[in-house]
Amino acid sequence: MGGWVKIAAIDDIPRLGARVLRREEAEIGIFRLEDDRIFAINNACPHKGGPLSQGIVYGDKVACPLHSWKISLVDGKAEEPDMGETACFNTKVEDGYVYLEL
Amino acid sequence: MEKLGLSPPSLFNFKADNTMQKMKLVVVGNGMAGMRTVEELLKIAPDFYDITVFGDEPYPNYNRIMLSPVLANEQTIDDIILNTRAWYQDNNIKLYTSARINKIDRKNRIVYAENGFSAEYDRLLLATGSKPFMLPIPGINLEGVLGYRDIKDTNDMINAAKTHKHAVVIGAGLLGLEAANGLKIQGMDVTVVHKNAWLLDRQLDQTAGQMLQKNLEAKGLNFLLQKNTEQLIANSQGRVQAVRFKDGVEIPADLVVMAVGIRPNFSLAESAGIYCNKGIVVNDTMQTYDPRVYAVGECVSHRGISYGLVAPLFEMAKVCATHLANFGIGQYKGSVTSTKLKVTGIDLFSAGDFTGRDDSEEIVLHDAVGGVYKKLVIKDDKIIGSVLYGDTTDGSWYFQMLRDGKAIHEIRDHLMFGQDSLGNTGHQGQDKAAAMSNEMEVCGCNGVCKGTIIKAIQDKGLFTIDDVKKQTKAGSSCGSCVGLVEQILASTLGGGYAPPSTSKAVCGCTEKNHEEVRAEIRNNKYLNIPDAMRGMEWRTPNGCATCRPALNYYLLSTWPHEAVDDPQSRFINERVHANIQKDGTYSVIPRMYGGVTSPNQLRKIADVADKYAVPMVKVTGGQRIDLLGVKKEDLVDMWKDLDMPSGYAYAKGIRTVKTCVGSEFCRFGTQDSTQMGIDIEKAFDHMWAPHKVKFAVSGCPRNCAESGIKDVGIIGVDSGWEIYVGGNGGIKTEVAQFLCKVKSHDEVLEYSGAFIQIYREEARYLDRTVHWIARVGLDYVKQRVVEDAEGRKAAYERLLYALQGAVNPWAERVENRDKHKEFETITV
Ligand code: SRM
Ligand SMILES: Cc1cc2nc3c(=O)[nH]c(=O)nc-3n(C[C@H](O)[C@H](O)[C@H](O)COP(=O)(O)OP(=O)(O)OC[C@H]3O[C@@H](n4cnc5c(N)ncnc54)[C@H](O)[C@@H]3O)c2cc1C
Ligand code: SF4
Ligand code: FES
Repeated sequence: MGGWVKIAAIDDIPRLGARVLRREEAEIGIFRLEDDRIFAINNACPHKGGPLSQGIVYGDKVACPLHSWKISLVDGKAEEPDMGETACFNTKVEDGYVYLEL
Repeated sequence: MEKLGLSPPSLFNFKADNTMQKMKLVVVGNGMAGMRTVEELLKIAPDFYDITVFGDEPYPNYNRIMLSPVLANEQTIDDIILNTRAWYQDNNIKLYTSARINKIDRKNRIVYAENGFSAEYDRLLLATGSKPFMLPIPGINLEGVLGYRDIKDTNDMINAAKTHKHAVVIGAGLLGLEAANGLKIQGMDVTVVHKNAWLLDRQLDQTAGQMLQKNLEAKGLNFLLQKNTEQLIANSQGRVQAVRFKDGVEIPADLVVMAVGIRPNFSLAESAGIYCNKGIVVNDTMQTYDPRVYAVGECVSHRGISYGLVAPLFEMAKVCATHLANFGIGQYKGSVTSTKLKVTGIDLFSAGDFTGRDDSEEIVLHDAVGGVYKKLVIKDDKIIGSVLYGDTTDGSWYFQMLRDGKAIHEIRDHLMFGQDSLGNTGHQGQDKAAAMSNEMEVCGCNGVCKGTIIKAIQDKGLFTIDDVKKQTKAGSSCGSCVGLVEQILASTLGGGYAPPSTSKAVCGCTEKNHEEVRAEIRNNKYLNIPDAMRGMEWRTPNGCATCRPALNYYLLSTWPHEAVDDPQSRFINERVHANIQKDGTYSVIPRMYGGVTSPNQLRKIADVADKYAVPMVKVTGGQRIDLLGVKKEDLVDMWKDLDMPSGYAYAKGIRTVKTCVGSEFCRFGTQDSTQMGIDIEKAFDHMWAPHKVKFAVSGCPRNCAESGIKDVGIIGVDSGWEIYVGGNGGIKTEVAQFLCKVKSHDEVLEYSGAFIQIYREEARYLDRTVHWIARVGLDYVKQRVVEDAEGRKAAYERLLYALQGAVNPWAERVENRDKHKEFETITV
């Protein structure tokens, strides 16, 4: 387990949008909600691996761009009746910067 | 149990430490309407109430409709439970079964059950259903005499059949006939007694009623019509042994089922002083005269009507839930109902006013030998009633037109021959469903077979297409199998199924339908999504993936140059101007106006494909070249190197204008179709629309550009151009319809532009032109585009205005690359 890693200025992530963090192992989607809460989840949909960061963000969910599964940004779980889950990462915002626990 | 006592006056309860406590909702009646209301409520406001439910039956909520199949040995009690006890627990609902409420203290807001339990409420929902009406004749209380309402009655009948022989069913309505059929299957001799001249006289006309009687007689049932029952006669043990009629005739009976009607069960409400008039009187929000008390289901009287079928009750439930959730929206305005008889092997459907009046007309088809009878009652160009016997394939189609009040003159000639006769090549699947085996695939996109759908409908208690889509995914992708799914739903549910009205809400975030949303955007001049959502009281803080793209389009098309485009409300393809692929890469299709390219362009494309190692270069079905498998971060550089305009192959907007070679080269060409196509594509470039829009221009009627299956198809002829509209070559092939013929090149632009503009302004988001025309009618389109010259010119002007100053999005991104951070990935 690493520690907190500085990722980007919060304003570089669009509200109700996302950016992609590329790492060797995998990509992580960093999402910003309307109220500026930040969530980070594995950028792969539990259905067929769709890049969740490219979906439409609403409430605290994202609709996958490939087949519209609705994934919760809070716990990574797919909305019923779909079943599946993708990994989540802890985030925090300090002085306008987003940090990720990796 | 909560401690009894006076609740504070406010609707919200505050504890001493000032933290908010949930409100308490108590539901009396654990039946279909009550629990549907609770389900709807949980969907939209899951944490609003502490919910307590009292039901006087010993079971959790079950599907009462399916008691008939249980009696007919087609299902078991376990099959028909809708909400298991675990469901109540999972949703934190306190459930009391075998607990009849016999007192409501409205002053202190407490309900009391016969078995000693009680509960306080902030809001009370009454859903006490109805009771079988028992004829006021001697002998009604004898052993062996019952109504047909619940699991107990059903079990009593099944048990009686084991030891007794003669059953008499009084009343030949839906319930009576289903009871009679079941008792026959249980092995009894069954006689149905009816006081009127034919069966189901409330649902069928005489002809259909007699056809039905014949069929049921063939199944072994006996009928005594126009008989008035006088008395039930007891044997020495106090059990019924015979039925005597007013004319003196007597027949043997050791089981009598009363099915002469139902009466709303409102005695509890009445005893609590709530205003009742043959039912608990409610307003359009399902509220009783006591504002804390709501009522739904068969127990209510709404605008003087009490309903006895589930479809209207479910509509009530939806409305009631929105008020219980304090949204203050939704009105129930009454329902038109339709019925089906759930006797296997008999197809019967009726809806609306099927007897007709002096000022109505009828269309009748009667094939006595084939056993088919269809009657449509028409008034003022609309269907007001329908009876179908023997072939009910089109029942839900007629019913939908009836409920939508659709004008029928355009299809009147074909009406009787069903929806399939309208050039529908079976895609809607009506009448196919029955012939399918359970293993056969219904939904090709999601690989769902018929058996899976039926199982989901039964196990999960589904009643609507939306439920089935959600639970099974069938019909949720391309949508071409929805008709088939609807058929399966209708045949599995019988009369419990009500086809959806087409004017439905945009999505779960609002009550409003597309037309209402468009009107409010226009009237209130909303210019951005937050204002629009606030103004229209959206239920969710920022909508969902269904409504946001629609709203964004409506704003932009209603207020061009003024409304604010919201990229986050666009689907990824439109946000980044490239089409996402299954592996997360993108495809790039540059515009080639009219399908014409040049060696220079081809060279550029080849160079770019090399430079970026594009995995596949493909000629598309739309006459241009697709570069597939491009990484998102390469998109902008590639566009820069290409230096060609975007082909919008990703957009709900103008796509391709296909052309043929035309008069410049072709020996048959009558017009320069290539140039016409190039001009159209340039004139309407960058246009957003409710869905994609495709044009084609052919130089002669050989029609090599396939103008017959495009949104706008243009065909050159010697004396000018023919314009066709509403074609579609996709999911369901639709041939374009002739709109008009014009002489000049400029007229082609003006007429087709005006057509597209009116479609842009009036169609629902995600309607292709064909769907929009199907709803408004070609006559309407002709009137607006062809007959109304001034209106046409104005519409064309509005389109040109909307397109003024539009830029090629690829060039824009290249120029402003720092503004579009979206294309950069972050690394650490
Ligand atoms: C690339 C292409 C196939 C090809 O390799 O030839 C294609 C590819 C796709 N089509 Fe198509 N269609 C292509 C020509 C067509 C045609 C033929 C035509 O235009 O003459 C049709 C039938 C004509 C019509 O639209 O009426 C066609 C009917 C559809 C439909 C069904 C539309 C309908 O209303 O029924 C869809 C689904 C949809 O849009 O919802 C669709 C959807 C798609 C999507 C966008 C699916 C998706 O959402 O990812 C495909 C994108 C692939 C990609 O990565 O770009 N595609 N598609 C063609 C691009 C043409 C172009 O140059 O722009
Ligand atoms: C055999 C049969 C077949 C049917 N077939 C069809 C069909 O094909 N299509 C169709 O649309 N409809 C059909 N119906 C009608 C449909 O079942 C009813 O319209 C529907 O169940 C009514 O719902 P409800 O919630 O108003 O009443 P119910 O489902 O009857 O629920 C009311 C509940 O409240 C309980 N209750 C009453 N008073 C109290 C009290 N004081 N305290 C506690 N609990 C109380 C009752 O016991 C009952 O469980 C059929 C009905 C029957 C009986
Ligand atoms: S390109 Fe069109 S037809 Fe081919 S798989 Fe994709 S959507 Fe289906
Ligand atoms: S990959 Fe996400 S919904 Fe299919």
